[in-house]
Amino acid sequence: MKKLGIVVTLIIFTGAVWGFLRTKSDDTNIEKLVLTGSSTVAPLAAEIGKRFESLHTNVRVDVQTGGSSRGVSDARTGLADIGMVSRALKDDEKGLHSFTIALDGISIILNKANPVQSLNKQQIIDIYTGKTLNWKAVGGNDAPITVVNKAEGRSTLELFLHYFGLKNTDVKPQVVIGDNQQGIKTVVGNPDAIGYVSVGTAEYEASQGAAIKLLPLDGIAASIENVRNRSFPLSRPLNLVTRAEPVGLAKAFIEFAGSPQVNDLIEAQYFVPVPR
Amino acid sequence: MSLSRADKQLAALLRGCALLSAAIVLLILLFLVKESWPVLRHVALTRFVTDTSWHPVDGLYKLTPMLSATLYSTLGALLLATPLGIASALFSRYYAPPFLAGCYRRLIELLAGIPSVVYGFWGLTTLAPLIGRLHPPGVSLLTGILVLTLMILPTVALTADAALAAVPVAYLRGAAALGLSRWGLISGVALPAARSGITAGIMLAAGRAIGETMAVLMVAGNVVQQPHSLFDSVRTLTANIALEMAYATGDHRAALFVSGLALMSTVLVLVGTAEVLSRERHHD
Repeated sequence: MKKLGIVVTLIIFTGAVWGFLRTKSDDTNIEKLVLTGSSTVAPLAAEIGKRFESLHTNVRVDVQTGGSSRGVSDARTGLADIGMVSRALKDDEKGLHSFTIALDGISIILNKANPVQSLNKQQIIDIYTGKTLNWKAVGGNDAPITVVNKAEGRSTLELFLHYFGLKNTDVKPQVVIGDNQQGIKTVVGNPDAIGYVSVGTAEYEASQGAAIKLLPLDGIAASIENVRNRSFPLSRPLNLVTRAEPVGLAKAFIEFAGSPQVNDLIEAQYFVPVPR
Repeated sequence: MSLSRADKQLAALLRGCALLSAAIVLLILLFLVKESWPVLRHVALTRFVTDTSWHPVDGLYKLTPMLSATLYSTLGALLLATPLGIASALFSRYYAPPFLAGCYRRLIELLAGIPSVVYGFWGLTTLAPLIGRLHPPGVSLLTGILVLTLMILPTVALTADAALAAVPVAYLRGAAALGLSRWGLISGVALPAARSGITAGIMLAAGRAIGETMAVLMVAGNVVQQPHSLFDSVRTLTANIALEMAYATGDHRAALFVSGLALMSTVLVLVGTAEVLSRERHHD
């Protein structure tokens, strides 16, 4: 009886270990589409992939991250069928075929009670690097600035840093937040806070009465409209790239990702669908 | 003594269950090590202490500020919740009229049932702005401690209450017969008799405070820094994992599993210390 207990446990244990170490085996009957690249595009591509799989039962969409550069190089070498790139292609990458599936824009937000109406690029850089510590220096109240930054790995952080030419190690935040909602709640609760979130979320929350205001950049209002017509500077395209003109499965997937059928998935991730 | 057939079957079953629970803990440890291996393979363990900051995307992995944030917030919450919790148990056991005591106990139970994210939301929208008026930015170690205190208070209060209820009536009658005052009875007889139960409750509360994620994530500010005052923004190990896991890849992801390992080791050390302490007490 004692032995039985041990044997049963051993079986369960080895089963668990086996399941835990087992790698996925390839099934030859199934067509596979491999996407690699930007971790910004990946969650969206995975969602689109799920819907694509439900429409094509013999297809598996495999999405792997590794950054936009990996997306470019994997598409070039053919390691991936499609590369994911969360920026406009550079000049030496123009040989690739690229398809913009969505746009991403972020807005600087302040509490509604803050009298500051606009900030220029250098002022924002000085605030985020801790050179400007009081709102008085940029025409506001005599109050210490609460800098709200995003957690590492978030695409909003990456775009923000890239646009302002900063490194995350230079940023001196007082608060670090995870998602957009937490950012908005933090700025609503603190009249002296400055933060940044997706334009989509900020515009929606402001319209729902949240006590925030969206700062214009270079005189251009932060709005979904201005992201869509590509005039808002703090935005970027999310692209799918291929080595040659896409055919077969890759073509079908890219067409699907560019169709209005996925607009709800794009908006759910706070991106802006491209005008079609 | 020979066991009956049913006893033997039960023993085998129980042994199996016990081994299974032990195996699950080991598997979790194994999983954590496996997932953190990609970064442990080429980053020395000491770098998690000696690096200048936590910027895993840039290859900087300092974990110690988060470890101290976890310890400070747990310790702070315990310092506040333990006296309050024990006082609340003493009130409902020895001072409150029975009807009031019953109502009061239901209320504390209700407090225990509130999900942590609700505490976090309340902390973020109400408590943090209040503390922010005192000293910006408002989200801070202090806010974290206060929210954690509220969350673990019911655990301490209810376990202390149960431990006090389990003190044999004969002890109390004996004390009363000796003419002790009510406080004399509590401090001289009831509390010492209930000590191990109360300690177990505090340990349980400590475990909850260390593991709490959402509420602390929302109110503590999450800046990775060694706190110099109660008003500094801090990030705990659990908040670190929850904040960054969703978007982490490669070494960054593995480094987050290292924070998981650090958390698990902290809990192990804590449980071990408590075990040693309680054993010493049994000897005297």
